[in-house]
Amino acid sequence: MDFALIVLIELLRAVAGLVLIAAGLAIIFGMMRVINIAHGEFLMLGGYTVVLTTKLGVNLWVAILVLAPLFVGVFGIIVERCIIQFLYNRLLDSILATWGLSLLLIGAVTVVFGNTVEGVATPLGGFDIGDYKMASYTLVLIFAAALILAAIYAVLRYTRFGLIARSTMQNPGMAEALGVNSKLVYMATFGIGAALTGLAGGLLAPIAGVVPSMGVYFIGQAFITVVTGGSAIVAGTLSASTMLGTLSQSITFLSGPVFGDAALLLVALILLRLLPQGITGRIFSRSL
Amino acid sequence: MTRLNKPTRRDFMRTAAAGAGAAAFSSVFPAISADADDAILVGGLHDLSGFIDFAGIPMNQIMLMAIEEINAQGGLLGREVKGVVYDPQSNMSLYSQYATQLALKDKVAVVMGGITSASRETIRPIFHRFKTLYFYNTLYEGGVCDRNEITLGTTPAQTVEQLVPHTMNLWGKKVYTIAADYNYGQITAAWVKRYVEQNGGEVLSTDFFPLDVTNFGPTISKIQEAKPDMVMSVLVGTGHLGFYNQWAAGGMKDEIPIASTTFGAAGAEIEIIAPEVANGIITSYGYYPQIDTPLNNAWVESVKKRYPDDTPFLTELSAFTWEGMMIWADAVRTAGSLDRMALIEVMESGKEYEFPSGKVTIDRKTHHAIRDVYVADLQDKQFVIKEKFSQVQPADTQTVCDLEKDPNANKHYEISLN
Amino acid sequence: MAAPGYWRGVALVAAVFLAILLFVPAWFDLFEVLQMTQYVVLALYALSLAYIWGFGGIVSFGQAGFFGLGGYAFAVLSINMGDTTVPFLLTIALCFAFAAVLGYFMFYGRLSDVYLGVVTLVVALIMWKLISHTAGPEYAIGKARLGGFNGIPSIPIMRVPFTDREMDPGEMFQYFMGLLIFVYLLLHVLIRSKFGRIAISIRENEVRTGLLGYDIRRYKLLVFSIGGALGGASGAMWATYQTFIDPNAFSLEMSAKCLIWVMAGGVGTLVGPIVGVVALQYLSLKLGETAFINNLVILGIVLVLLVLLMPRGIVPTLHDWLRKGIALVRQPSRGGAP
Repeated sequence: MDFALIVLIELLRAVAGLVLIAAGLAIIFGMMRVINIAHGEFLMLGGYTVVLTTKLGVNLWVAILVLAPLFVGVFGIIVERCIIQFLYNRLLDSILATWGLSLLLIGAVTVVFGNTVEGVATPLGGFDIGDYKMASYTLVLIFAAALILAAIYAVLRYTRFGLIARSTMQNPGMAEALGVNSKLVYMATFGIGAALTGLAGGLLAPIAGVVPSMGVYFIGQAFITVVTGGSAIVAGTLSASTMLGTLSQSITFLSGPVFGDAALLLVALILLRLLPQGITGRIFSRSL
Repeated sequence: MTRLNKPTRRDFMRTAAAGAGAAAFSSVFPAISADADDAILVGGLHDLSGFIDFAGIPMNQIMLMAIEEINAQGGLLGREVKGVVYDPQSNMSLYSQYATQLALKDKVAVVMGGITSASRETIRPIFHRFKTLYFYNTLYEGGVCDRNEITLGTTPAQTVEQLVPHTMNLWGKKVYTIAADYNYGQITAAWVKRYVEQNGGEVLSTDFFPLDVTNFGPTISKIQEAKPDMVMSVLVGTGHLGFYNQWAAGGMKDEIPIASTTFGAAGAEIEIIAPEVANGIITSYGYYPQIDTPLNNAWVESVKKRYPDDTPFLTELSAFTWEGMMIWADAVRTAGSLDRMALIEVMESGKEYEFPSGKVTIDRKTHHAIRDVYVADLQDKQFVIKEKFSQVQPADTQTVCDLEKDPNANKHYEISLN
Repeated sequence: MAAPGYWRGVALVAAVFLAILLFVPAWFDLFEVLQMTQYVVLALYALSLAYIWGFGGIVSFGQAGFFGLGGYAFAVLSINMGDTTVPFLLTIALCFAFAAVLGYFMFYGRLSDVYLGVVTLVVALIMWKLISHTAGPEYAIGKARLGGFNGIPSIPIMRVPFTDREMDPGEMFQYFMGLLIFVYLLLHVLIRSKFGRIAISIRENEVRTGLLGYDIRRYKLLVFSIGGALGGASGAMWATYQTFIDPNAFSLEMSAKCLIWVMAGGVGTLVGPIVGVVALQYLSLKLGETAFINNLVILGIVLVLLVLLMPRGIVPTLHDWLRKGIALVRQPSRGGAP
């Protein structure tokens, strides 16, 4: 019974993990049709922000929840101004340019901070479930993932910015004609996507090894989750993360991580074959 | 083949441009002598960028330092020694290109390098084919059988044999092994099982992880269910570093101790993982900077003096790169020539070398090092040496390789214990 | 695009390649020959994507799937059979068949756009995961141990066809260069055939082509399978050139590099991707020889600048400059040309 509860929490944690790493990419891809290959490096920058600022004495939670998204968000806006803004409607060029950006960031961080920086230990300690110990931080991750999705939904659904953003993405010409500064909207959207990615990187910092090349461990899964989910940001990310996360984690429990990872890919493959526009291309196609 | 080797117009142009070319290379290392043509060249192939640069950069620094030391003692055969350094960027096709380049274009006298087994198996056959002496200085899974290669790193039989009884005495007989899912991990895990059973213990389970796994939640739960006395970690790479944080996060660190054949092997883990997470992990390697001998203390000081600001990690990898340079230099002096076979004969003659890591001999049968092995406990980024084992044989490679019988062997055996 | 001019360009490129084939082994020394052999192999790999993308509109993010499959298939077959010619042909056939099956799965499922790309990527990643998991003696096919992450060593060197003699590096270069020229010409013939024109029209406007009565799925399937066969052939050549293959052949990086070469050289040309391979590979080779700054920084900056400054790729951009230059020179005699 205790073990069943542990498994349940781990399944939720797997889903939350995918939501966290995919949410920022989903916004950028879902709303702007730009594939940001440097997404993994945005995560890494979030992680570095946390690791470096806590070393300077900043409170860990301030670093994770405020500084990481702030810094990476601002950085995202700079990237949008310098590179991405020229690449709208050039999906493949955006891949090439952001691939370059990804290499550049790995190299630059190595040059500036060296290839090893002392990480932070996971805060909060653990709690007992029967005979088992569980990290309390796992619950933070699950909670944070839920909160992020809820926040994206709320912003898109209930705020004026959400309305403007959605209309700009659907029909930029029309939105422009109605007095929307579409450039500004694109910039802000990219910045928000980057900030969420920074937040995710910050949240991952205490449980991962923070190194310049850490992005490569996440980009593949994030990318597949987003594409499998389809164009609806919240529903797509949630449904894809749930399906891929629970299935692969269950198989990890049953037969080890090798087949867990392969299962994730296989499920994504079958889903795409059945639903060629991603899950939300057909089902929930009118959702956000 | 012949037409490839005859002098060509380009050769002439290269000679003419030799001055300029040498100047381009020497930007990496300050030239001592203006006469570049006369120098003895030493090739260095270590990843200086990419995902294992934290291992490659220290090896390269120490190699260059060793070259400077050799030159300070008057060079070799009256000639200056110079390094030719390339950065393969963790890319196997660049490894093979630079290896070819070192052997055929630069015509270096010896090469130090290769870090992962994949990179070694890319370049080793090239050096064998083009008859260029090669030193591999990284700990690995054992099994290389090639008279052209001198292998200085420890192999699982050397370290696991010491680590397992030491930690079982401390903690108990039930072991849970977690290992990276590739040859090094698989083979080391098999040796762990063998030595645990030889010492009357039991391996409860062995789990393998692809190198890109970052979430260890399910495994940590499984380990708790199995209730072992200790965990043996053969995890590799930066992706797997998450395990230690996640392990400590749930409070497991105070419940079940960890021994590892890999943690801190290249030095980086110790810097990246916070001490409150990493303290208490017990490891076994052929070198620790804390080895308390006059020779080692002086050597550590000399490294700090040479690299005061960017002191490289001192580990097996970097220390054995220095040993490799010194063994080669000694062989050149003894043989009085650069002839590859003459040097090999000197090195496999059973000479004993006194090094910072202890006494080292090259095993004639396998060309692996017979060396001292240590067991140490990690406390606040410093290893505390607990035990020393003298002159440990590379017993694993010895089961498959005999270069005395088959001097032309050119193979990497996968050692199977089943 | 007048036909005579088109073929004049093709003939010129082929002639340059032929000259390289004839003279490189004699004029360059061994290591340079080996280096150029590498460019030739990777150029064929880039061509496999350049063809399906530029002339069929199929963007595969997972072209490394075929590259890796070709390498591993050749390794296993040649180690077991002791020959290289038949394994090479079998490898090409196998990769063609595999691409056909995968293509059937995708095109008859009406996958398109970026989703199609992702499916190919996922397939390549699954192969990468599974092949990386094959460390240990139980994973062997005949005499060939798959070796997991460490790969398969000691793959036979290409033999002179129908003999037992191993090619020397000069011969191997000429053999591979010959294959590259053959493939280059073959693809041009294919592109100018009726089949090729229909494939291009599918790229331009899938719906319209379909409405004209062509079964676009069948055409895409064939284009994709030819690309798969070429990718597999280059993987096999890579394996015998290195005498070694490891799971990195299937990796995301290997797939992405192929996209980058093609994009950098110019989509919609065949010579562009070859230029892309040589230019970018040469750059990272030269960077590795210097210790100027972290090499990834420079490579990254070059890629970003390439996209921003030469959005259509190196070859089309240079071509434009050249044309403008010629037009400028000729302008006086032409008078008021637009």
